[in-house]
Amino acid sequence: MTATDPRGVVETVWRIESARIVAGLARIVRDVGLAEELAQDTLVIALEQWPESGVPDHPGSWLMATAKHRAIDMLRRQGRYQQKLEEIGRATPDRQDPDLAAQADDYVGDDLLRLIFTTCHPVLSTESRVALTLRLLGGLTTEEIARAYLVPEPTVGQRITRAKRTLTDKKVAIELPPPSEVAERLASVLEVIYLIFNEGYSATTGDEWMRPALCEEALRLGRILALLASQEPEVHGLVALMEIQASRIPARTGPDGAPVLLPDQDRRRWDRLLIRRGLAALARTEGTIGPYALQAAIAACHARATRPEDTDWERIAAFYEVLAYVSPSPVVDLNRAVAVGNAYGPARGLEIVDGLVLSSYPLAPAVRGDLLAKLGRIAEARTEFERASAMSRNARERSLFEARAAALDDR
Amino acid sequence: MRYMILLKGNQPATPPPPGLMDAIMKLGMEASVAGALLDTAGLAPSVAGARVALYGGKLSVTDGPFAEAKETISYALYEVRSREEAVEWASRFIKLHRDLWEGWEGEADVLKVMGPEDFENQS
Repeated sequence: MTATDPRGVVETVWRIESARIVAGLARIVRDVGLAEELAQDTLVIALEQWPESGVPDHPGSWLMATAKHRAIDMLRRQGRYQQKLEEIGRATPDRQDPDLAAQADDYVGDDLLRLIFTTCHPVLSTESRVALTLRLLGGLTTEEIARAYLVPEPTVGQRITRAKRTLTDKKVAIELPPPSEVAERLASVLEVIYLIFNEGYSATTGDEWMRPALCEEALRLGRILALLASQEPEVHGLVALMEIQASRIPARTGPDGAPVLLPDQDRRRWDRLLIRRGLAALARTEGTIGPYALQAAIAACHARATRPEDTDWERIAAFYEVLAYVSPSPVVDLNRAVAVGNAYGPARGLEIVDGLVLSSYPLAPAVRGDLLAKLGRIAEARTEFERASAMSRNARERSLFEARAAALDDR
Repeated sequence: MRYMILLKGNQPATPPPPGLMDAIMKLGMEASVAGALLDTAGLAPSVAGARVALYGGKLSVTDGPFAEAKETISYALYEVRSREEAVEWASRFIKLHRDLWEGWEGEADVLKVMGPEDFENQS
């Protein structure tokens, strides 16, 4: 009976509640590192007490209440309670209620939103933002993060420790950014979530093509953000993009684990629920033009095509045109080349690719190879796929490119 | 992984207390803010529905209500990392009924929706 085993319950409740507990504590103690320590202490208390006294009826509330008491106790002991109270009173003048404990009962999630903005703060390096967000909001252990990113556990540990210290040293306030900075700060939050998603969707390194657990984690964070910052269209754009991309996960690998590319996927295996959720999120971005909403609109074009030949490539090419204007990057141009190649012929696509500089991105030669093959320039195409294979750091991707090169030999 | 939770119960003669509805809304919000709740809705009594069946090669359509001890009251679809998490959300939902609606009795079936993880290593 795992459901009533206290240890199992603690772990389960921790996964559900840890982000809110850390977020609530961070508001009280104004320090994410300290908040996490206090939250961990609370977990230890639960692990000691619950096997003896039984699991409380409302374990989430129990953990939250215990954690809050510990935080307030600690501040009192340090004589800093009054000072913090005043600070908070000053920092949040809109709050009527000076009672810290009552303020921590914030199920709507303002605390979580503050925590997301803090863990994705621009003073931190991108790697630190990712690690800290997965740790504090995803409730992942250092070991789990290390495993997902294929880096040694101490490295992740150091990143997290350094990140927490940086936040303290730079006196980063745990608060929502002022309205003038929301757009810029939100961009950082969305970037971190999408980075996590992408690392899961197509792993840059390692033996596996995907790490779906990271996709799920990113989706979860995105869904939370969409509820908490629902007035921001780009949040819905990102969620739409991730839901629709994730809908293809079941079709993206063959039975042997080898990658299956979009045109070859069995579209019956696409997750219809995620597509529906994605299209619904996309509808909430209507009338706005942002990079995530545009990419989601492109993904939606694919999702709506029941057969590859039904794909509206002209529409996709047009979206890429706008995307290249809103958020220019060589990768966007490369994708535009694919769309243009499909909509208006490989020669037009090749023109775009030939104007690009993407020296270490394996998909660049792969796309070029594909367009060359369609133009019948087989020898050149093979060279490009071989280049792509040599550049790739992912074993599955490498064999995919090798197979493409080999398939050209057979002609 | 995804879990479908089907709530079944016997309604007491008293109407559902308003506090219960508030608490259910609040729990739904909590589950959404945890990123776990994908979809949920209440179900009308089976008198409003029908059953389509095939037995012995014969197709039949029966109007509700169905003669069952408990009516299916609602469904909820969760995306969670473990079965225990799904059970925890279902337990929280049932506890609300225990605490706020005297005499209510029922059960929640926690059913795993097959996902990619169920097809691993079958090649």
